[in-house]
Amino acid sequence: MRGLVPSYSNRLNWPSILIQGTLLGGLYALFAIGLSLAFGIMRLVNIAHGDLITLAAFAALVVVQTTDVHPLASLAVVIPVMFGLGYLLQRGLLNYTLGSSILPPLLVTFGLSVIIQNVLLEVFGADTRRLNVGPIETASVTLPGGIAVGVMPMLVFAIAIASLGGLHFLLYRTRLGRAFRATSDDAGTAELMGIDNRHLYALAMGIALAFTALAAVLFGIRTSFDPSSGPIRLIFAFEAVIIGGLGNLWGTLIGGIVLGIAQSIGASISMTWQILAGHIAFIIILVVRPNGLFPRIKD
Amino acid sequence: MSAARPLLATRGLAASYGDFQALFDIDFEVGVGETVAIIGANGAGKSTLLRAIVGSLPSAADMVVYDGAPIGHLPAHDVVRLGVALVPEGRKLFQSLSVEENLRIGGDYARPGAWTLARVYALFPRLAERRHTVSTSLSGGEQQMVAIGRALMSNPRLLLCDELSLGLAPVVIREIYTCLTTIAAAGTTLVIVEQDINRALEAANRFYCLQKGCVSLTGSARNVDRQAITAAYFGLEAAAK
Repeated sequence: MRGLVPSYSNRLNWPSILIQGTLLGGLYALFAIGLSLAFGIMRLVNIAHGDLITLAAFAALVVVQTTDVHPLASLAVVIPVMFGLGYLLQRGLLNYTLGSSILPPLLVTFGLSVIIQNVLLEVFGADTRRLNVGPIETASVTLPGGIAVGVMPMLVFAIAIASLGGLHFLLYRTRLGRAFRATSDDAGTAELMGIDNRHLYALAMGIALAFTALAAVLFGIRTSFDPSSGPIRLIFAFEAVIIGGLGNLWGTLIGGIVLGIAQSIGASISMTWQILAGHIAFIIILVVRPNGLFPRIKD
Repeated sequence: MSAARPLLATRGLAASYGDFQALFDIDFEVGVGETVAIIGANGAGKSTLLRAIVGSLPSAADMVVYDGAPIGHLPAHDVVRLGVALVPEGRKLFQSLSVEENLRIGGDYARPGAWTLARVYALFPRLAERRHTVSTSLSGGEQQMVAIGRALMSNPRLLLCDELSLGLAPVVIREIYTCLTTIAAAGTTLVIVEQDINRALEAANRFYCLQKGCVSLTGSARNVDRQAITAAYFGLEAAAK
């Protein structure tokens, strides 16, 4: 047993693990943005977040199958549809669950989660699906030092960074972003500024689900999905948000990367360790820094 | 009151927090260009009255009439767009926004008009120097200036100020009230809520005294009968002592 540990670490290709993990982390950050946004602005913990990712992936699948477009092109349809769904969901249902207690939105979104899973199962069956993008899936470039990096993971990571940058711009450089941050600080006083919270919350959920759609398509290209794959997506998103620190946009990216690297290390030891290693890293960080690495929201 | 239509009037206004009724049958009027003070002890219902006027507390439509139109049923975000702004008690600045962002958000969703960032900075030069700092790092007086500036950015015809002097040093209070005079001189109608009777009467044309959710006395702010105010402020038992 004593001899096993050093032999593992000798076999681990650290540069490769760090790069693969970082790239995977970008995708996890995309998962987490929507969750983070909803919690940051309206203190709403969306248990159905993972299932909404799966729903968006199936929506993309339908678009691809009916129109025969490239999966990335399906985003042109799926993103607006998910934005609209988010707006209506918040305006017509979730706004009524918000109040002094955090429990009603938890229960209602838990119910939503069950409904979405079962509707997807009813409509699409239990088969696992994928979004095929052709040869780019296996294309890779070789970095100096002989590390092969997939073109697709790099593209996904670039999209994640660009999305976070876009969201950062929205939150910190626009009138709407100012309203989001003000409402997050003090919703009652924001109303005195002429901000209609019900509309603003609906916009926030719309934007959250637009990012969810992006994450869903990129993930659907990378890995297969089925109607029950929502909860594990939710857990990855939660872990990325919590590791990074609640309410911190770029912290969420770091959280995703920490999770991605931990899973890469786990996977390079043994495939069965991939998911577990991520959870272990999450628990270690919770123990060492209960508020995450870069906490912003202090209540 | 002149015969002219008041800018704002409440008619038999009642308001409650859940089962607790905080205001009873309030008849309150503010004429165009007036400065009206609302005085009263802690818990008399002063802040509640302001909250009912701006729509933070719901009431029946015709209990609050603004510029001839019933607004009692409107939510707060609609009332501010009509030109009624509140400087809330305790300032309530947005903590994660800078000074300038706090001011900007006051005008972002409200009605357009003569008040701009430049004009607010001209009124409160100290804020211009600290425009990019976080609002929490300001002194109490500066924070109050931001709160007033933020309300002005919505270009109110009627500005409601709740306890501006709360927790501030006398010299700062004087400075703030001087600025209020400037604001009133520009044609803005003011309602000021104060616990400090002298300060309020000095700034106002007329006053209302609230006690236990009812109007206990009203009249001109000049030549007031101090004993009558004491009675209206504390209740008759206290005055009899």
